[in-house]
Amino acid sequence: MFLALRELIFARGRFSLMGGVIALIAVLMVMLSGLSSGLVNDGVSGLKSMPVTAFAFDQGTKTDNAFSRSVIDDQQLNAWRGTAGVAAAEKMGVGMANATTDSGKQIDLTLFGVEPGSFLEPSRSAGTALGAADGIVVSSTAKAEGIDLGTVVTLDRIGTKLKVVGFTEGQATFGHVDVAYLPLKTWQLIASGQAAPGTPSSAQLSALSFDTASVVAVQAEPGTKLDLAAGDTTAGTSSKSLSAAFNASPGYEAETMTLSMIQVFLYAICALVVGAFFTVWTIQRKHEISVLRAIGASTSYLLRDGLAQAAILLVGFTALGVAAGLGLGAAMPDAMPFALEAAPIAIATALTIGLGLIGAAVAVVRISRIDPLNALGGQR
Amino acid sequence: MTNPTFTSAGARTADAPGPAGLSIRHAVMELGDGDTKVKALDDVSLDVAPGEFLAIVGPSGSGKSSLLAVAGALASPDSGTVSINGQDLSQLSRGKRAAFRLANIGFVFQSGNLIPALTAADQLRLVNRLAGGPKNFDPAVLLESVGMAHRAANRPAQLSGGERQRVGIARALVSGAKLLLVDEPTASLDRARSREVVELLARQSHEHGVATVMVTHDHDVLGYCDRVAEMVDGRLGAPAPVR
Repeated sequence: MFLALRELIFARGRFSLMGGVIALIAVLMVMLSGLSSGLVNDGVSGLKSMPVTAFAFDQGTKTDNAFSRSVIDDQQLNAWRGTAGVAAAEKMGVGMANATTDSGKQIDLTLFGVEPGSFLEPSRSAGTALGAADGIVVSSTAKAEGIDLGTVVTLDRIGTKLKVVGFTEGQATFGHVDVAYLPLKTWQLIASGQAAPGTPSSAQLSALSFDTASVVAVQAEPGTKLDLAAGDTTAGTSSKSLSAAFNASPGYEAETMTLSMIQVFLYAICALVVGAFFTVWTIQRKHEISVLRAIGASTSYLLRDGLAQAAILLVGFTALGVAAGLGLGAAMPDAMPFALEAAPIAIATALTIGLGLIGAAVAVVRISRIDPLNALGGQR
Repeated sequence: MTNPTFTSAGARTADAPGPAGLSIRHAVMELGDGDTKVKALDDVSLDVAPGEFLAIVGPSGSGKSSLLAVAGALASPDSGTVSINGQDLSQLSRGKRAAFRLANIGFVFQSGNLIPALTAADQLRLVNRLAGGPKNFDPAVLLESVGMAHRAANRPAQLSGGERQRVGIARALVSGAKLLLVDEPTASLDRARSREVVELLARQSHEHGVATVMVTHDHDVLGYCDRVAEMVDGRLGAPAPVR
């Protein structure tokens, strides 16, 4: 690295320009990673936090928006409960609602109807558990909408009044909308279209003969690998593991694919730009390299030196860019779905450096094709 | 002898001493194809003894550069043999030739051909590292012997043409080479600088017992050479003694 380091210092102007591009790519990469994680959280954090192994949808349900489209009944639930390896299975209702708070603010909620006391009941950061016919536990992020314990939310059009009794632990959103957990019976009352304006009473709930919900949430026994296909056959459902079920939430696939595509392009640009720079740099040094080869420098020494130079440049400026990106990310406004997570950023950093090195390697290999005979004769 | 001398193991054949210095026998080399084919070397034989300073003059395209390329293990003749310090170059693979050049041949190119990023001292240090030379190598000793110790920390851009050539000569001597090949060293120098540089080459060649072959157009400097040979159309004329 004797020559590599001295050249980096000597041509610091050119290398800084290139480094600046690498650093900006790294900043953009951190931003995209944060935005990507943020959107995923916004889209499916309500599902992510659930202790669920798989969701079973009614057979033939279209994947997109399957959660609110699917309808399952007790027969399907019981079939799942009887499947080997299943620790627990519960019906869950999913629906979207527009609502107005008692202070007149219009909000959107995703209604998750779950059996109070079951494994689906969310862990809370404040308030009391589900149980009262009109009690809802909402995502802690809803506090930003001015919702508080005791806030009464009126569902638009049907006029059903629900009262906030608790907040979830952390963010629970689904399809970019805050989740409101409510007792399954209340959810069924609303879903059946029999809900009346005002607070739902327990008498109304017990009079209701409506036993369907949206999906069966299945929890496997610890350590067992659930045979989803077998369960599907007996229950007449099509099930998806928790992470596969993310695609069934509104817009999830479209968003993540868009961002992934941008990221793939960014990596390709990084490799190409670094490759182009080192191609020009190697061509500029052609005469000097032919002199070194004539003197007797081995090809492997020159290749190692060239690659070390590229590695120093890439690692140094990527680190700088990631640091700047993390700083910028911390300053993002709350309204922007943005989450800095270590794993995706580490992977993205490694990819930037790795692909940049591949680009540089393709360029630096030219060294081995430079003829030492060029050293003889005039400067060309 | 002031510069440290070392050889890389295997590059020199200890059990086949042969003649020291450079020995070329019946070298023939053709360049180009078909109509453009020219005999760059036409049955060239040449011996240069250690400590001898030979100048080769001749018009452009007469084959002087081809002779340097062949003598410097940069190109192989189509027929004939080249041996340096008893080592037959045709016996060496491509990779071995690079190592052989590093240990046994010093090159001085036109206008020095120094690495722009390196200071004068680092030019010498790089070659020492490439050759696996001693860790405590001190470039000041060689730079002093070419009168460039005061410019050790300067990069080529800060040096004059003559100074660059001096550093280039010091660089060629780093690995203790016993053959020095010099390509048009005075091409971009004025008369006074040209004389200084060639005088330095002659002195280094004699002091260190180095066989030196210099290709030049510059008839002014031939007085410093032990022998002068003329090359015309790939044939080497009988070397005429000049002093």
